[in-house]
Amino acid sequence: MRVEQIAVFLENKSGRLAEITSILAENNINIRALAVADTADFGILRLIVDKVDEAETALKEKGFTVGKTMVIAVEVPDRTGGLAEVLDCVQKIGLNVEYMYAFVNKTGENAVLIFRFDDMTRAINSLQENGFTILESSQVYNL
Amino acid sequence: MSTIYWDEEIETLPRVGLESIQLKRLQSLINRVYRKVEPYREKMIAAGVKPEDIRGLEDLQKLPFTTKDDLRENYPFGMFTMGLDDIVRVHASSGTTGKPTVVGYTRSDIDIWANMMARALACAGATRGDMVHNAYGYGLFTGGLGAHYGAEKLGATVIPVSGGNSKRQITIMKDFGSTILMSTPSYALNLADAMDHMGIDPSSLSLRVGIFGAEPWSENMREEVENKLNLKAVDIYGLSEVIGPGVAQECLNSSGGMHIFEDHFLPEIIDPETGKVMAPGERGELVFTTLTKEAFPVIRYRTKDITSLHYETCTCGRTLVRMDKVTGRSDDMLIIRGVNVFPSQVEHVLMGIEGVEPHYQIIVEREGTMDTMTVEVEVSDSLFTDEIKGLEALTKRITRDVKDILGVTCRVKLVNPRAIQRSEGKAQRVIDNRKI
Repeated sequence: MRVEQIAVFLENKSGRLAEITSILAENNINIRALAVADTADFGILRLIVDKVDEAETALKEKGFTVGKTMVIAVEVPDRTGGLAEVLDCVQKIGLNVEYMYAFVNKTGENAVLIFRFDDMTRAINSLQENGFTILESSQVYNL
Repeated sequence: MSTIYWDEEIETLPRVGLESIQLKRLQSLINRVYRKVEPYREKMIAAGVKPEDIRGLEDLQKLPFTTKDDLRENYPFGMFTMGLDDIVRVHASSGTTGKPTVVGYTRSDIDIWANMMARALACAGATRGDMVHNAYGYGLFTGGLGAHYGAEKLGATVIPVSGGNSKRQITIMKDFGSTILMSTPSYALNLADAMDHMGIDPSSLSLRVGIFGAEPWSENMREEVENKLNLKAVDIYGLSEVIGPGVAQECLNSSGGMHIFEDHFLPEIIDPETGKVMAPGERGELVFTTLTKEAFPVIRYRTKDITSLHYETCTCGRTLVRMDKVTGRSDDMLIIRGVNVFPSQVEHVLMGIEGVEPHYQIIVEREGTMDTMTVEVEVSDSLFTDEIKGLEALTKRITRDVKDILGVTCRVKLVNPRAIQRSEGKAQRVIDNRKI
């Protein structure tokens, strides 16, 4: 039910993002989804990739600070209000979203929402109880 | 303009007379310190010197040096000659690690200090008719209170305005008619900028002389501050280990350099590598022996300031030796907005935070008229979190701890591991981009 996400520290310096994507390309690692969180001084790149451990090793070898975090992937129909329904449920349950990002899968029928909650176990249980589809990690890596 | 003296006889005494006073005071000092301060006695015994070996001023060279490390090892009061009953005040300055260097004063020390500071003010042309605007910080730092007592001793009117709040400072200057400004040179430039913003023409103020110190400044800066504030800028020197401000002062019609009040503070210039005493005029590290202080005398204290000494009588008539502007340091101490900063203190702060790697770099820049310090810290895997708030909490913590321990606000920049250059041997901890 949990998906491993890679987070990379981004120093505020030009060319950092390009360097990371090149390293991943050289190692045949496919990026499934990505999001950048940034401040005036630094950023954090969050990535879902097909080969998590390889990506971590390759980036660390090149001197990047890399961390792994568990997130959950919720699949919703790609239509108006899809995200709103999930967030509405999250709010009612009283879960705290640390961060989230979204992408649309290849078929274009469904959207995948990546969430990091303060209480992941409760989030998974509550969302499932409310009828939402939570993807297995293998499903996400091979999307 | 005729020279204003505070103590004309001493300030113009032929050198022979001056040296005879110095020797008497030195002998009495060494006797007293040998009896009363164990760390000094131990060092003298180790060096094989007894108080009776000091027969002439040149015998000073037989005595061991005192360093900031000695003061740190005897923190806080171990170098005092007497119990705290007779100490009426303490001050403190930055130590090389987390702990400050503490200095103590008896009532007589405070009086000597006030007299030396009054002498400095008179040397800069101040009289009892002046309104002294004292923008040095009041507190543990010796600048504020040192200048304050001196101005009072002189009989001038002192405005204890302390540092900060430039707008209010300028309003006070205008309304009270401040004639003498005492501050760091960079703060003086900051005041000039603030005046500009407020639309106040410095020539409409009564400022006449600026007595600037506590940080290094160049001749270019002197020109700039003189033009911008419409005053005559002179240099003052001092350090808390010796007494505070009022160790040396540049006179108004100077032949160059600051007069050291050497009837109380005996200077030497040494080669910082070998410790050998250098000839007059040669550049080296300034070393002081305090001749009259009671509570906390120092013997051959290494200031780490690089300068040279000139013994020719000055055009102002003073026979007191002159020291050049301090042009550098023989250690890695930085002065940021008047605050002494040692890279080792920053390291100490960083090491106190779990997960922080001992790889850091300090970058100092001058933005406009103010110095800024950026501390670059490498983000190791153990420090890293994928949430912005976690990393922001880290930078805030470092900023707060640096401010608490060093008294200076810094910017923290997180960088990739190994982004900071590793050097063979001694790491380059400081990049100083200021053009002083």
